Amino acid sequence: MTLIKDRKEKIGLHVMKNENWKKPVYETNGLNVWYGTSHALKNIDLTINEKEVTAIIGPSGCGKSTYLKTLNRMVETARDVHISGNVTFMGNAILGKAMPVELLRSKVGMVFQKPNPFPKSIYENVAFGPRIHGIRNKVMLDVIVEDSLRKAALWDEVKDRLHKSAYGLSGGQQQRLCIARCLAIDPEVILMDEPTSALDPVSTHKVEELIATIKNDVTIAIVTHNMQQASRISDRTAFFLNGEIVECDRTSTLFSTPEDSRTNDYINGRFG
Amino acid sequence: MSSIQPSEKMRTRDVIAAAKKRERFGKLVPHILLVVTSLTVLATLGIVYTLLKETFIFFTHINVSDFVFGTEWAPFSNGSPAFGVLPLLIGTLKIALVALLIAVPVGLACAIFLSEYASPKVKKIIKPIIELLAGIPTIVYGFFALTFVTPFLQTLIPSLKLFNALSAGIVVGIMILPMIVSLSEDALSAVPATFREGAYALGSTRFETAIKVVIPAAVSGIASSIILAASRAVGETMIVSLAAGSTPAFNLDLTGSIQTMTSYIVQVATGDAGYGTTIYYSIYAVGFMLFLFTFLMNRTALYVKTKFREDY
Amino acid sequence: MDNNLLIKTNRRIVKDSIMKWLFGTASFLLIVLIAFLFYGIGADGVGRLNLSLFTNFGSRFPEQAGLKAALVGTLSLMAVVIPVSMFIGICSAIYLEEYAVKNKWTAFIEMNISNLAGVPSVVFGLLGLTVFSRALFLGNSILAAGLTMSVLILPIIIVASQEAIRSVPDNLREASYGMGATKWQTITQVIMPSSIGSILTGSILSFSRAIGETAPLIVLGIPVIIQFLPTGPLSTFTALPMQIYDWAKRPQPEFADVASAGIIVLLVILVTMNAFAIYFRNKAMKKLQN
Repeated sequence: MTLIKDRKEKIGLHVMKNENWKKPVYETNGLNVWYGTSHALKNIDLTINEKEVTAIIGPSGCGKSTYLKTLNRMVETARDVHISGNVTFMGNAILGKAMPVELLRSKVGMVFQKPNPFPKSIYENVAFGPRIHGIRNKVMLDVIVEDSLRKAALWDEVKDRLHKSAYGLSGGQQQRLCIARCLAIDPEVILMDEPTSALDPVSTHKVEELIATIKNDVTIAIVTHNMQQASRISDRTAFFLNGEIVECDRTSTLFSTPEDSRTNDYINGRFG
Repeated sequence: MSSIQPSEKMRTRDVIAAAKKRERFGKLVPHILLVVTSLTVLATLGIVYTLLKETFIFFTHINVSDFVFGTEWAPFSNGSPAFGVLPLLIGTLKIALVALLIAVPVGLACAIFLSEYASPKVKKIIKPIIELLAGIPTIVYGFFALTFVTPFLQTLIPSLKLFNALSAGIVVGIMILPMIVSLSEDALSAVPATFREGAYALGSTRFETAIKVVIPAAVSGIASSIILAASRAVGETMIVSLAAGSTPAFNLDLTGSIQTMTSYIVQVATGDAGYGTTIYYSIYAVGFMLFLFTFLMNRTALYVKTKFREDY
Repeated sequence: MDNNLLIKTNRRIVKDSIMKWLFGTASFLLIVLIAFLFYGIGADGVGRLNLSLFTNFGSRFPEQAGLKAALVGTLSLMAVVIPVSMFIGICSAIYLEEYAVKNKWTAFIEMNISNLAGVPSVVFGLLGLTVFSRALFLGNSILAAGLTMSVLILPIIIVASQEAIRSVPDNLREASYGMGATKWQTITQVIMPSSIGSILTGSILSFSRAIGETAPLIVLGIPVIIQFLPTGPLSTFTALPMQIYDWAKRPQPEFADVASAGIIVLLVILVTMNAFAIYFRNKAMKKLQN
């Protein structure tokens, strides 16, 4: 009995007690990830704070995507992955069997590099998350869909064709739909894996504006290739190189007065 | 190339002559190949022509509507032979339905397991077994139905006859199982991984991802595989000839002997109906119906697969 | 509220596990099926596997019945099927992949091949009976049956060969043309050698289909009890599946044992052929990887 109670407290009970919660949402201590024999992340320590945008930058293959995918354990879908270290989400250890990934992901949304709406209608795409988490009431779903689409600044563009295929939308609209799909599960955090790399400049700008507005409600961790983007939209920035964190600081500080010479070289375009 | 010796200094004239010869031959090749390739068309034409011609003669003996709407099939009756095809159609339908009832649930479950749950190791064990099942000749399945499945079912259903639609249908179901599994699994695996990622990232379990995202996206391929399998069941000959009997039955009973379109053709072929008799022509009429049904089903399967495919 | 979410999530996870178990069981069922199939057939036939099975002709007496004529007949049948179907099949595949321009006739041929693949085998029997047996006066000879079987497996060979030829990388073709080779030289000396492994795999699988196929032989009126070996392509013969069919139909239980022994022989032949097919497939895959 006590075991079950313990487990409940460990996994769930803290999750909704926002008001008791201190600033950090994610705390990472000594995280290591291997793909087979290749050591993708080495001893990562990083904190992601509530209602902030944390940008993760670095050259290709530096492990920034791997880190992001560890935060909702999507990294485990790859073959032959080995993880050690400690990651907590709102005080709950997320690595290991005690935390079901389904529960974790119901509180953590993810936006991918390429827009990946389901081959369903716009409405069904947004309603997907709430539906699987048990909301069946049609009125409630309607409210959630409209609300999420409004938050994603897409409502006005799609309100007349909610029941048309999501594939009729442009790439930028599809990506905002994917953000709306995340917002519909009312997540604490949204993880964004280079969300604008497949978009044109205008769509990119719209997504960035969107990030600026939703950060009042949710915490955002964004992986980006684009340093201007990181400096424009993020509050804090972490610079990854070869699987390690070189530097993590307030964005303004990191871009103006980096401590490490490698950070300086990277942000000034000397490599990567 | 072998005629050209690189060490020798060749005269230009010879080289040109050889090249010209090759060119002449090269121009001829596609024409020869086209003729050979057209043989396949000839085969289809041959089938259609034979079936149509002999069926036409059959219809000079028997009224078309008596054939299509007739409920009695008694070609060997001495007094009044009857050629109403419906009992054969019902028999064929029974076999196909029982087969699909077995093969669709099991086949889809297996396909979902392979594409959504199974580790590569498990896949490596199961896939060869499916190939093995697919490679077993139908005569073997027929023997299995007759000597193993029927006696086993008779212990459960004492009224089951030695020749019956049920065991034949079940074994036809086993026979078409590999087809449904491998084609459906292909369709499921062709669904882009990004859809699954999207669903997992929203907190879906694998089952929810399979049911709500992957299967809807693959539904055209799955439907097509089921139609193709149904067509195979309709055209299946040896299992029904061995295990389902040869009594045309115009009823819905599964425990008794029946006759299908295919097993009728076999029955006549193994008997001694003389060339030119109505019975002889009747196998072409039945064969033509069989051809028509399977042709339409195969076309439908292809149509479903291409026309209703989600473009992603 | 939060507890609620936890309970709900746990419930969903349990459902997922149940479904996984259910789907897994369905797959496991396949293994059970194969086991039953082999046991059901093998158990009775093993006792009948002796030398006389291979040296005796067919007989009305189960204890004397053997496969001699059937085995030689099947071999003779394949002696017709293999060259005919491979020649037409590979030529067609080469034409469709390397020469054919995309026009209505080509599309028609391709559609026609896919249709042919779906025709029930018993209908091929009717074709053989009318065209080869009667119109060409080949009767129930090896040649008539061989040609019928060739038509039956042709679509399989063509499609497999087309895929094999398609998988030869274009840079090999370009390299060959670059050295001044003609199209035909490129086909025979570059494309064929690098695709022959996969072509053989597809062909062998289709031959095993032809060996096990029974319905067309029945329609052609291939006899079962034959007391002599075939003397030439126009000779009457019997084949392995025909013989098994005849034994399986007979009411005496002793014949069921002979039939199951015959099936064991048939399956051993087919498994051996499949092993060869897999061998060629692996070899072909290695070649393409290099």
